[in-house]
Amino acid sequence: MALFEIRGLTKDFGGVRAVDGLDLDIDEGEIVSVIGPNGAGKTTLFNLVTGMVTADQGAVNFQGRAIAGLRPSQILALGIARTFQNVRLFPEMTVRENVMVARHCRTRSGMLKAVLRPPSFRREEKETRQRAERALEFFGSRLVGWRFDTPARSLSYANRRRLEIARALASDPKLLLLDEPTAGMNPRETEELIELIRRMRDDLGVTIALIEHDMRLVKGVSERVVVLDYGQLIAQGRYDEVASNDRVIEAYLGRKATTA
Amino acid sequence: MTATGELAAIDFVPAPKAGPRAIRLGLVGGAVAVFVSVNGMVEAFSGRLLLGSLALGEALLLSVPLLIGYLAGRPEPVLEGFTARRPGWRNVLAGLVAGLASGVTLALFVVLVASFDIRGVFLNATPELVRDGPRILTFGLELGAGLGLLLGLYVALGGAGGVLQVLPGRFRRAVLTALGWVAGLALMQPAVAQVLRGIQQELRIWTAPLTDFLYDASGALSVPGIATIAAAAFCLQLLASRQHRKPVRTRLEQLPDRSRRILRVAILAAVLLLLGLLPQVIGPFLSEVLNIAGIFLLMALGLNIVVGFAGLLDLGYVAFFAVGAYTTALLTSPQSSVGVGWVFWLAVPFVILAAAVSGLMVGTPVLRMRGDYLAIVTLGFGEIARLLFISDWLKPWFGGAQGIIQVGDISLGPVQIRTPEAFFYVLFVFVLLAAYATYALQDSRIGRAWMAMREDEAVAEAMGVNIVTAKLSAFIVGAVLAGFGGALFATKIGSVFPHSFNVIVSITVLVVIIVGGMASVPGVVLGTLVLVGLPELLREFEEYRFLIYGALLIFMMLKRPEGFIPSGRRAEELHEQEVAQDEWLVAGAPETGATDADRDEPN
Ligand SMILES: Nc1ncnc2c1ncn2[C@@H]1O[C@H](COP(=O)(O)OP(=O)(O)OP(=O)(O)O)[C@@H](O)[C@H]1O
Ligand SMILES: [Mg+2]
Repeated sequence: MALFEIRGLTKDFGGVRAVDGLDLDIDEGEIVSVIGPNGAGKTTLFNLVTGMVTADQGAVNFQGRAIAGLRPSQILALGIARTFQNVRLFPEMTVRENVMVARHCRTRSGMLKAVLRPPSFRREEKETRQRAERALEFFGSRLVGWRFDTPARSLSYANRRRLEIARALASDPKLLLLDEPTAGMNPRETEELIELIRRMRDDLGVTIALIEHDMRLVKGVSERVVVLDYGQLIAQGRYDEVASNDRVIEAYLGRKATTA
Repeated sequence: MTATGELAAIDFVPAPKAGPRAIRLGLVGGAVAVFVSVNGMVEAFSGRLLLGSLALGEALLLSVPLLIGYLAGRPEPVLEGFTARRPGWRNVLAGLVAGLASGVTLALFVVLVASFDIRGVFLNATPELVRDGPRILTFGLELGAGLGLLLGLYVALGGAGGVLQVLPGRFRRAVLTALGWVAGLALMQPAVAQVLRGIQQELRIWTAPLTDFLYDASGALSVPGIATIAAAAFCLQLLASRQHRKPVRTRLEQLPDRSRRILRVAILAAVLLLLGLLPQVIGPFLSEVLNIAGIFLLMALGLNIVVGFAGLLDLGYVAFFAVGAYTTALLTSPQSSVGVGWVFWLAVPFVILAAAVSGLMVGTPVLRMRGDYLAIVTLGFGEIARLLFISDWLKPWFGGAQGIIQVGDISLGPVQIRTPEAFFYVLFVFVLLAAYATYALQDSRIGRAWMAMREDEAVAEAMGVNIVTAKLSAFIVGAVLAGFGGALFATKIGSVFPHSFNVIVSITVLVVIIVGGMASVPGVVLGTLVLVGLPELLREFEEYRFLIYGALLIFMMLKRPEGFIPSGRRAEELHEQEVAQDEWLVAGAPETGATDADRDEPN
């Protein structure tokens, strides 16, 4: 049984059918790229899976459990974390605090403990802190040291993207959804990220689905590529299979001519 | 910005428009002077002598040209790459011009009031301003001579403001400090005199003669007093700015952990000791002022959690204050419908319970609302609460407009808390607990959840924060703190009446935290002391309280939206480090095409 199964997932926005009867399986330990022209419904797919948008029809199963209709916070607790296409951090909170928020669902202490500060609270707080710092250390020296205490808004664009990934990682996800993780990064930084995505899977055992427009990354990192167009799955397979698929070429070229 | 094509002027800021700017500022200043005259502030404030024989009202009138001259004399903003013009006679001239423009505006107003009776429209434009009695605006002189003096003073003070800009930075700061100290000590005369007297009485230190030296019998700062204070403040500030000392904070951070902890404990002990002595030293009147401020502080700390931490704009906050007060009254007054007449402490758990339940009742229906909608709906809830308490329908329980009287006093063992000084200690413990809880919550799982929710609700939920729990818990904590405030208020006054709980209370508390500094405990404390304590102390201001709040709010929104003491994040200096590192990264990289900065966000 696949880690993650989507059956007949459909979402309408007014007249626009953003996701249209989509079936998709993701196996444990895979790195899957979701590609498709602008407006194909990729981000909407992530929004549906994480419960931020409710589906009109269809089912989503994660580890054999139906997750449609759960709150986003519950879905995160089950092990699906995500990043956002237009980076969405908590700008006034520090880098470390941003990541510590993601431990919310893995920790328990309530208000009374916060005020009385028993040893169990302090232990949990310390662990939350360490976990957050470890997630940030995943990116080498870029987000550590004095950066722990800077507000997220003062980070550079690429570092904001990294922080968002660190925040998602800190929640101990089993499935990580990355929405255009390299947007705004230069080629060198993209290379670095490809390496990191592999390590997330190999070292941390996280299954990864990512949306990407940068074909170098798609080619470099993914074991399977899924192509969406008008909310429908039009092709899937290895990168070179998909790249030579007629429908895919048509979807890209047909649209490219008008948007580029 | 006007781009003159003249290359010769390139060293300087393009086309200095100092003249028009000075006149514009001068007219604004004139309008302010006319406004404070016509709304009666000058006259109301002329009863209190401030400096020698200068009354507060006159001082207010004369501070306008000084301020305007100072602003007009400011050097022009310099574009990057241009050299700033050295400050010189132009700055003084700008100050003079601005002072003149203000003076002329005010003079025209004086002529207007002298020649026509405009009291039909402006109630406060009384003959006392120019014709009869003290002739405040013309300094007691005949119209012609008075106008001459007025204009002369305005021009001179405007010029003086301009001169300040010419002084080297250190001296300017020293002069401003001296001015500030003189103004502060003059305004705070009742408090300062009382404290000095109290120190003598309680601690047997001979401080009372200092009072007689500093202040005249009239309460104004005496001439030798002014000179001493100004000289002392000037010299101290000059000395302090001479050595390039590191900021205290970095020096503290360099201390070893152990001594830092010892230092912290020592400071805490000293502060507690001082606070323990405080009510005795300051006497009943000032203690009462602090008690009123303290009750507002409890509320402000609570609202700070709701608005500052959780980002939920609650305009009906007074409802929880009322619930706390009525719960206490019902349970401790033998006259109330419940009639049990418990002691105060027995009522406290019920205050917590009632406040928490009312927090839930307000919080639940507004779960899906944000921002403006939330503000409007909570405003409605606040009014509903007041109307319920005042209604005939619930009169059997809450006593309608007659309220509930004979609310029980607080007792500590055999001691009944009756005097303001004794009440201060009780209140202080509550405030201390509230402040501690605020810090503790801020630095905890739930505090981070609140802040995340404030920053971006949808993302907070996606990152695992259950928004329903987070919102309700913020409402509950805020409600409980306001409930404590209400409980203490009820026993302090000894009775509760529904008219004490109108929307003005909510607004005041909100203004306090906005002006003081959102999400910052020191900011909230300062805000309460200044905005609630000062008007209690200087009763003249009471009538103009909301005018001043309004002006202050506008000023803060324009100049310092994060409040006087923003919650501590050393963002700016670190931001520079970040930029520096990025530059280094880019410079260190081989030709790599686009960098962070010049690449557009896709879509
Ligand atoms: N909240 C929304 N309300 C209305 N329409 C929406 C909403 N979100 C997405 N859509 C529409 O759904 C379609 C799919 O959008 P989506 O953002 O999923 O595309 P995408 O594949 O992520 O594109 P891109 O590559 O540009 O990010 C688009 O036509 C979009 O306009
Ligand atoms: Mg998208």
